[in-house]
Amino acid sequence: MSVVKVSDLRIEFDGVTVVDGVSFAVAPGECLAIVGESGSGKTLTAQSLLGLVPDGATVSTAELTIDGVDARAFSETQWRGVRGSRIALISQDALVALDPLRRVGREVTEAIEVRERTSRAVLDDRAVALLADVAVPEPSLRARQYPHELSGGLRQRALIASGLAAGPALLVADEPTTALDATVQARILDLLRELKRSGLALLLVSHDLSVVASLADRIAVMQNGAIVEEADAATLLSSPQHPYTRALLAAVPGERTPAVPTGGVVLEATSLTKSYRGPSRSTRVAVDDVSLQLRAGTTLGIVGESGSGKSTLARLLMAVETADRGDVVLAGEPWSALREAARRGRRHRIQLIEQDPLSSFDPRLSVARILAEAIERTDTPTRERAARAVELLESVGLTAAHLGRRPHQLSGGQRQRVAIARALALRPDVLVCDEPVSALDVSVQAQVLALLDDLQRRTGLSMVFISHDLAVIRAMSDEIAVMRDGRVVESGPAADVLGAPQHPFTVELLASTGI
Amino acid sequence: MSLAITERLARGRRPRSGGVIAASAVLVVLALAAVVPRLFTGIDPLETEIANALAAPSLAHPFGTDQSGRDVFSRVVYGAQHSLFIGFAATILALVAGLIVGTISGLAPRAIDTVLSRIIDVLMAFPEFLLALLLIAILGPGESSIVVAIAAASMPVYARVTRVQVLVVRRSGYVRAARIIGVPPLVSVLRHVVPNTLGPLLVMATIGFGTAIASAAGLSFLGLGTTPPEPEWGLILSEGRNFLGTAWWIAVFPGLAVTATVIATTVVGRRLLARRAGRTS
Repeated sequence: MSVVKVSDLRIEFDGVTVVDGVSFAVAPGECLAIVGESGSGKTLTAQSLLGLVPDGATVSTAELTIDGVDARAFSETQWRGVRGSRIALISQDALVALDPLRRVGREVTEAIEVRERTSRAVLDDRAVALLADVAVPEPSLRARQYPHELSGGLRQRALIASGLAAGPALLVADEPTTALDATVQARILDLLRELKRSGLALLLVSHDLSVVASLADRIAVMQNGAIVEEADAATLLSSPQHPYTRALLAAVPGERTPAVPTGGVVLEATSLTKSYRGPSRSTRVAVDDVSLQLRAGTTLGIVGESGSGKSTLARLLMAVETADRGDVVLAGEPWSALREAARRGRRHRIQLIEQDPLSSFDPRLSVARILAEAIERTDTPTRERAARAVELLESVGLTAAHLGRRPHQLSGGQRQRVAIARALALRPDVLVCDEPVSALDVSVQAQVLALLDDLQRRTGLSMVFISHDLAVIRAMSDEIAVMRDGRVVESGPAADVLGAPQHPFTVELLASTGI
Repeated sequence: MSLAITERLARGRRPRSGGVIAASAVLVVLALAAVVPRLFTGIDPLETEIANALAAPSLAHPFGTDQSGRDVFSRVVYGAQHSLFIGFAATILALVAGLIVGTISGLAPRAIDTVLSRIIDVLMAFPEFLLALLLIAILGPGESSIVVAIAAASMPVYARVTRVQVLVVRRSGYVRAARIIGVPPLVSVLRHVVPNTLGPLLVMATIGFGTAIASAAGLSFLGLGTTPPEPEWGLILSEGRNFLGTAWWIAVFPGLAVTATVIATTVVGRRLLARRAGRTS
């Protein structure tokens, strides 16, 4: 019998249908994955299984059974009996989901505490046992710590432990690994796989097909509030029927056709070192003796997990931050060694694309004014500037219609295109891209990557491409540098680094990405 | 999700639109009264008619007459000129001074910032009204003293908000983006830092305008501002307080005018604030 069964679920907000006739069932020991992009209604669907739909939503379903009991008319009290003990929910951001003022152990056993009158000592033992079950090292120490003292991966494990505390039959995991580094993500997925094997039913909600592929028995693809395709995982991945599923699968970045160098070294960093002052007079070395070379017309990919110093390196290359040691040479001339006033005239030669383009736009300005600010830095005659703005927008796949928009009126992908257009306005030699697609949906991500690749091949642009995602790096890079704890642990031509990795960290990264 | 929630919060905080329309209407009427008082009354506010002193409100004198037989309605209408001028001038002066001090404090090296910030701290430690009184004691009474005193007393708040706002904007992604494009620092300050600082300050000033009018009325009530027989709300109130038992209308109507002005500016100001919050989040 299914743990939970839903048919024809509909959720409306102010008359707008956001979930439209969704049906599925999950059996014990089975994992169903719901995959969709932001706004597809997947999270709302998951929340409705726990009676947790936000205020203002109207829910109607033809059937909603939990353990065979009709749950459609459940009161809040009855839902409380279900949550935690029959169905548990774990969310994406463990730091937000755990109370920062309570010790991890107490958070883990909260679901038991509210149901049974048990002594503190017994609960403490249970907390340690639960943490041990989800493979948290030193569980008795961790139980006494606060959430902020744990790493992201351990926090996510603690959150899973708290979900399991009251012995639920179904675990609903909403983007359980999205906020985590690739190697940590792989370990959390292993843990979920173990739990499934022990008979737990899993409902996995994710935007990322490649994450759920290894874990799910069945996959349901959601688009605009409806399930467009549902099949067992192997079938869906090997022979997708619906065009949207095919588009999602195609959006997984592919192989790189190597770019042809158009010249010598255009950007060279030598022994860059930067440290920051940490708490209690300690210093933290963010970038440690990093040397890089970028050849004209090619892409240097820099891959590393969060905290590896990638973004600091990007700021050092842009010379918006001063290195403690080492220097950067741009097109054979001094760059980081210049005084800011002298550098200003040459800033157009190296441009930056960031993860969150919204914050890089003055919120008061329209797209036209944003581009104009960059265009007026060049020697384009005044009367040709308007035409140049349109030309730039068209080169990134937008139109003149976007000129009047303000940044917040654009979608994430459109914003990133405007950011790219602004950078191109200055005709730079080098483009530094710092996680340019990490905030975008997979299909949009693929479009932006294709755009950058196309620009490089048409204009001979040189790029430094920084990402935590090895799949993206592989699709974009001719040379790859792997960073860890501020150091480059391995670097070389993409084929060598990916084909025959030397450093154990690279090997682990490759294994966790499943390339 | 979080976007929907903040949007809902912003909506919840917003006063009803009916109230906003009424408040805006009050402000329009006040502005008209200040600019063309003849539109509302044909009676001279200074004209005395001893025979008809302390007359209760009637058709001829809707707000009654005072102890010298002057028409209270006419005095309240003409009083708008004085009160609104003082409130407006004081607010603009405070805003400009605060903007300059705050911007310098936010952009200057740490040593200068620290000195300015501590001076602002000291000024903020005094209640605004007390500080204004202190300044009038130095400057001597009169309308222009009131303007300067109120402006100086409310300036520290504007300076502090400006400083914080400048610090935030200065470290923002778009100021860094301008630097990366190669925009010189001074251009960047004028094009990005100052305009983005101004928004919240203008909203604050709307609310501050009401407070300034209330302060002006208070100081005039104490006999430190507008000189009799000129009509000013605080002054009329003060003249009427001796007759509260026999002729309540002399004090009550100018009092209502002050109250209505302060409420109207606050309602409109808060609406602007809510709109800003909704737009930036």
